[in-house]
Amino acid sequence: MTTETQSIETLATQEYKYGFITQIETETAPRGLNEDIIRLISFKKNEPKWLLEWRLKAYRYWLTMEEPKWHNVHYPKINYQDIIYYAAPKHKNKLNSLDDIDPEIRRTYEKLGIPLEEQMRIAGVAVDAVFDSVSVATTFKEKLKNLGIIFCSFSEAVQEYPELVKKYLGSVVPYTDNYFATLNSAVFTDGSFCYVPKGVRCPMELSTYFRINTADTGQFERTLIVAEEGSYVSYLEGCTAPIRDTNQLHAAVVELVAFDNAQIKYSTVQNWYPGDKEGKGGIYNFVTKRGKCAGVSSKISWTQVETGSAITWKYPSCILQGDNSIGEFYSVAVANNRQQADTGTKMVHIGKNTRSTIVSKGISAGFGNNSYRGLVQVHKKAENTRNFSQCDSLLIGDKCGAHTFPYIEVKNTSSTVEHEASTSKIGEDQIFYCKQRGLSTEDAVNMIVNGFCKEVFRELPMEFAVEAQKLLGISLEGSVG
Amino acid sequence: MLEIKNLHASINGKNILKGINLTVKPGEVHAIMGPNGSGKSTLAQVIAGRETYEVTEGEVLFNGKNILEMDPEERAREGVFVAFQYPVEIPGVSNTYFLKAGLNEIRKHRGLEPLDAVEFLALVRERLKVLHLTENLLNRSVNEGFSGGEKKRNEIFQMAVLEPTLSILDETDSGLDIDALRDVADGVNKLRKKDNATIVVTHYQRLLNYIVPDYVHVLQDGKIVKSGGRELALELEEKGYDWVKEQAA
Repeated sequence: MTTETQSIETLATQEYKYGFITQIETETAPRGLNEDIIRLISFKKNEPKWLLEWRLKAYRYWLTMEEPKWHNVHYPKINYQDIIYYAAPKHKNKLNSLDDIDPEIRRTYEKLGIPLEEQMRIAGVAVDAVFDSVSVATTFKEKLKNLGIIFCSFSEAVQEYPELVKKYLGSVVPYTDNYFATLNSAVFTDGSFCYVPKGVRCPMELSTYFRINTADTGQFERTLIVAEEGSYVSYLEGCTAPIRDTNQLHAAVVELVAFDNAQIKYSTVQNWYPGDKEGKGGIYNFVTKRGKCAGVSSKISWTQVETGSAITWKYPSCILQGDNSIGEFYSVAVANNRQQADTGTKMVHIGKNTRSTIVSKGISAGFGNNSYRGLVQVHKKAENTRNFSQCDSLLIGDKCGAHTFPYIEVKNTSSTVEHEASTSKIGEDQIFYCKQRGLSTEDAVNMIVNGFCKEVFRELPMEFAVEAQKLLGISLEGSVG
Repeated sequence: MLEIKNLHASINGKNILKGINLTVKPGEVHAIMGPNGSGKSTLAQVIAGRETYEVTEGEVLFNGKNILEMDPEERAREGVFVAFQYPVEIPGVSNTYFLKAGLNEIRKHRGLEPLDAVEFLALVRERLKVLHLTENLLNRSVNEGFSGGEKKRNEIFQMAVLEPTLSILDETDSGLDIDALRDVADGVNKLRKKDNATIVVTHYQRLLNYIVPDYVHVLQDGKIVKSGGRELALELEEKGYDWVKEQAA
């Protein structure tokens, strides 16, 4: 037994594989936040006046707000005046092809094992690579354009499709929404924009790799996806970040809008630097993700695999406004070493016959603390709605924690809401059984954990699922006791 | 093949095995019988390398190597297989995936190329046929929601795929109805070869009607107190374990 614990602990001490810093020149704003900084960002990005006004309104509102304290995570006070809110990699010419990308950046991607060309060639994935705050490369754009699909960086959308951005920006997550979303509204620098016109089925998975790079640069990404009537789009988001000593704040906002019979599938594999074994360094990830099923029979699915970050604060939600609309949330969240995760979802049933499914798998190891926080809200007129929630926690070792905070508010008597929860521990019996069949402890743990997460992984696109499984293995190496 | 010499083992400071001596040669089937608490299952677990037991004295040589120094997975790769009394469930992990991973580790250890999905499937299909099992076993999660009989059949199926040189069946007959018992025994008999050996740990002689042992050993209070041929099992059935105890006294 002791031998097993030891070998597991050795495994757990493996260094973060993706920690390296790319040496490229960046154009950086001075530290701190005030209206001038916001004006600078807006100016640098050549934004229309309405957008600057919107940013300023958000900023002024933010000044009246307080940082939330209801979550089950702990961290030192963030000094918002010590953050650099704008950094752009310098590049001389406009990029026409991947060959024009700074070789340093290319190498970074290669170290991450995600060479763009490989992805393009093998997976047929159009990649909008966000490096620090400015999009560096956008591929497959032409092909998508022929179908009328817009997939570009947020900045580009502001320039090229301002009327669409104006119409939908803040329509799901208003600038007054919450502390971090409001901050994002004031200072966001870039992100992705996607618009799928009526009746079009996007033929490929759209993907963005985010990467935080410049020291102490907070990343404030803004993503907006609009699926018109009868359209379909699957969007992948994946992230890694290099090792840093000081905590890096990340406060992204993602808004999804699905009209009649439209479907949006949004998948995330998040692997930001979680800090070292003592919890030093690591990303603070405070994200607001929300989708609105605006039309009848529309569907929004969130699938997330959260293995990184020192703190994960994230509740991808669905507003089920259209009758017969469907919301889904599939989540795997890992908290190892000193990681803290407070994550879950909100399903707001407004329309009739709306349905939602929540499957949450929390894995806690080391001193990690994992909380599921979910709200299922059924409005008065939301007749015959159904929700099914399943929250399972897996404990590895005896120093970690798992918590479940399900909130249910039902105002309609014809609705059905089910909630199931379980907590289990990886058993010595299970590991021994695997070892007796020839598997190493590490492989046994991987297998058991992956089995535990299967219901979520099968919701991911194939190549992403493989990546997620590997990631889970890396995140939990040496954590079993 | 297997040589157990003066093996002592304890759990939480309590001595369970108190000097076991046993030699098993290729092609042989040994039955280990004994009353509850005599140490039968402990012996199986200690050979498999369960870390909750502490070996305080003695040695276990497997093909000349001291396996007490090996991790459980190494022993498995060397060819030791235990069909467990209570096979555990691994939710979400398909039987096929589990077995393929195990088999390929064992093959790697023996310097063989890993089997790819197609080769593996051909192998498992063939073994299923030998054991008269259906393919739905493959896609189910390891033992999850299996009945007692299905779990035991699955153990024998795993044994058939992994092809161990030494198989230890730990109370494989417990909880089985007569049909399942016959199936399981039938499977074991089909897998018998002249270069592998089987140790059948059981409480009842019932199973030995189907898996006919070459030797029968009676374990009592952590020691083998009597050994004999097939007929010893029948004698035990008739006279009870107390008879051995009186003889030994």
